[in-house]
Amino acid sequence: MENGVVISTDKLVRKFKVGRTELVALKEVSLEFRRGEFAGLVGPSGSGKTTLLNIIGTLDAPSSGTAVVLGERVESLSPVRAASLRSRHIGFIFQTFNLLPVYTAYENVEFPLLLLGMSQSERRKKVTDALEWVGLADRANSRPTQLSGGESQRVAIARAVVKRPELVLADEPTANLDAENSHKILQTMVSLNHDLGTTFLFSTHDEKVIRYLRRKISLIDGRVANDEVRSPNSD
Amino acid sequence: MIILRLAIRNLRGAGLRTWLNAIALSFAFVAIIFGQGMLRGMNKQAEDASTAFEYAGGQYWHEDYDPYDPLTLENAHAPVPPVLESLAAAGKAAPILVIPGSIYPQGRLKPVLLKGIDPAQKVVAIPTAALGDTTEDLPLLIGSRTATATGLAVGDQVTVQWRDADGAFDARDGRVVQIMETSVGTVDIGQVWLPLAQLQELAGMRGEATLVTVARGLGRTGHDRIVLNSDRVPNGAGWQFRDPEFLLSDLRQMVASKTIGQSIMFVVLFLLAMLAIFDTQLLSVFRRRREIGMLIALGMTRAQVIVLFTLEGALHSIFAAILGTLYAGPLFIYLNRNGFTIPGMDSFGFALGDRLYPAFTAGLIFGTTVLVFVVTAFVAWLPARRIAKLKPTDALAGRGT
Repeated sequence: MENGVVISTDKLVRKFKVGRTELVALKEVSLEFRRGEFAGLVGPSGSGKTTLLNIIGTLDAPSSGTAVVLGERVESLSPVRAASLRSRHIGFIFQTFNLLPVYTAYENVEFPLLLLGMSQSERRKKVTDALEWVGLADRANSRPTQLSGGESQRVAIARAVVKRPELVLADEPTANLDAENSHKILQTMVSLNHDLGTTFLFSTHDEKVIRYLRRKISLIDGRVANDEVRSPNSD
Repeated sequence: MIILRLAIRNLRGAGLRTWLNAIALSFAFVAIIFGQGMLRGMNKQAEDASTAFEYAGGQYWHEDYDPYDPLTLENAHAPVPPVLESLAAAGKAAPILVIPGSIYPQGRLKPVLLKGIDPAQKVVAIPTAALGDTTEDLPLLIGSRTATATGLAVGDQVTVQWRDADGAFDARDGRVVQIMETSVGTVDIGQVWLPLAQLQELAGMRGEATLVTVARGLGRTGHDRIVLNSDRVPNGAGWQFRDPEFLLSDLRQMVASKTIGQSIMFVVLFLLAMLAIFDTQLLSVFRRRREIGMLIALGMTRAQVIVLFTLEGALHSIFAAILGTLYAGPLFIYLNRNGFTIPGMDSFGFALGDRLYPAFTAGLIFGTTVLVFVVTAFVAWLPARRIAKLKPTDALAGRGT
C-alpha cells in the first residue's frame, strides 16, 4: 500500500443486466482513499454508492477497470481469499443492522473473532472493549429483538470494529435511526476513527452523516461529480 | 469446529421449530429401530427355536428325501451309515425315520407323518425321554397344535396306521404319553413321534432312517466335516449334508417377506420426516437471506455457509436420536428383557413362541443413526446448495434464491 493508500479504483465500471437492458451503475470511477480517512460517497438513490461500496468490500466484482483494496486486486480475488480479506481487515455496517437474530449482543460482536479462531479469553476482552466503546456493556446479554434501533446499530458498529479492521464500510448506517441516535452513532464512529486510526467509508444521502465527513465524494449516475476534502460540520 | 458450534447455536436459537422437527424425526427414528428390532428378534427367535427343536447342527438327508413332497417318503429311507450310527451312539446324532401314516382320533382319519426318534437323544430339544420312560406298548408324543387339532390328550389311546416297507397297511393302538409345547410348527403340526426302534420294527425298516440330525457344532467345523467325508458318508453315498444355512433359508425368506411390508411403512414415515426437514431448510434459506449475506460479509465463504446450513439440518437427526433415546430407550430396554405378546403370533408361519423379544442391538441402533444422519444431511443439503448461486449483495438486500 503506497503512501498509506488503502483503496484505489481506476476506471471502475460495473454493469448489471436488467431484463434485456444493461444498466451501468458505475462509469469509470477512479478514486483513492488513505489510511484513517473519514469519507463518504454521497448521492441520490441509484447513483452507484452501494455498488462501489460492495466492490470495495469484495462482495462484488467490477465489470471492467481495477479496484485495489488493502493491496489486493478485487477483480482477481478468489472467493476464499476475498473471504479472508473481509474477515481480517474489513468491517461492515448496514442500514438494516443485519444482526444475527438468535445471538445476543455479545455473541453478535464475538462472531467475527470466532471466524478468526481467537482464543476465548482474547475474544472476551475484545468483545467487552468493543461493547464499552459503543456504550452497550450493560446490554451484552440482550438479543436483537430486545434492543432499540439505535442500540442495534451500535452493536453492529461494535461487531464491525471488534477485530480492529483497517477499513469499515458503512452503507446508509443512519437510515433507520432518529436524529438523536444518528448523532450518537456518528460520534462513536468519529472517536473510533480517531482512537483506532480505522478508515471509514460511508455510503449515504443523509445530511446528518454528511456533516461529519472529512471528505465528501458526490456520485451522480455512476460518475464522480465532485470530490471535496472538508472540515466536519462545514455545511 | 466453529461451523459446528454455530450450527448448534443457531438450532438452539431457533427454539421450538428445531424441537418440532426433531420430535417428528425421532418418531421415524424410533419406529425404524422398533420395527427392525422386532424383525431381527423375530428372525433370531425363530432361528433359535428351529435350531433347537429341528435342525441342530445340520441334517444328513437321504438322497430321495424332499420335505415338501410327501410322495418321496416312500423311498426316502436307507440304513444309517456306520459313521453316523457311531455318532448317534456317542450322542452326537439323532437318526429319524419318517413315514406317512394316519391316526384315528375319535374315529376320524387324520393323515400324519410318523417320526421315529431315539428316546435317549439329546441332539434336538424334543422331549423324547417321555417315549422311553413308559411301559406303554406304543408310546406317542405329539405337539400341542396337533393335540388341539385332534382333540387328543395325555393318556388317550389312538389307532395308528402306516404302510410297511412292502407296501402293506398295518395298524396298532398307541397311547399319547406327552404333549410337548414348542413354537416350531414343523415338528408339531400333523406329526406323531414314537420310538425309532419301534417304528423301524413296525415298518420293516430295521436300522434305517430318512434323515440324521447332527449335534450343534458338529458338521459346522472343518474337522467334523473332514472326519465324515473321510468315511465317504456324505454326497455319493446316498446321503447329503444340509447345513443350518440351507435348512434356515426358507425361514429367512419368510421373515424377509414380512420385512418388505414393514419397510414400506418405515420408508413412508421416514419420507414424511425428511419432507419436514427439507421444508424447514428451504424456508430457512429463504428467510435467512440477509443473514447469509451477513455471514459472507463477515468472512465466511459460500461453501462454509452451505456446510453450516447442511449441518444445521443434519443435526436435527442427532437431536432426534437424543429425544428418541430419552422416551423410547427405557421402553426398548424393557421389551428387550421382557418381550411382548402379539395376538395371533401362531399365525406368523414360523416359530415365535408366546412372547416376542425384539433384538435392539448396538449395531442396529448405530447403523440406523448413521443412516438417518446421512439421509438427513443429504436432504438438508439439497436446499442449502442454492446458497452457492446466491450473490452476497442480493442476499444482503434480501433478494435472490
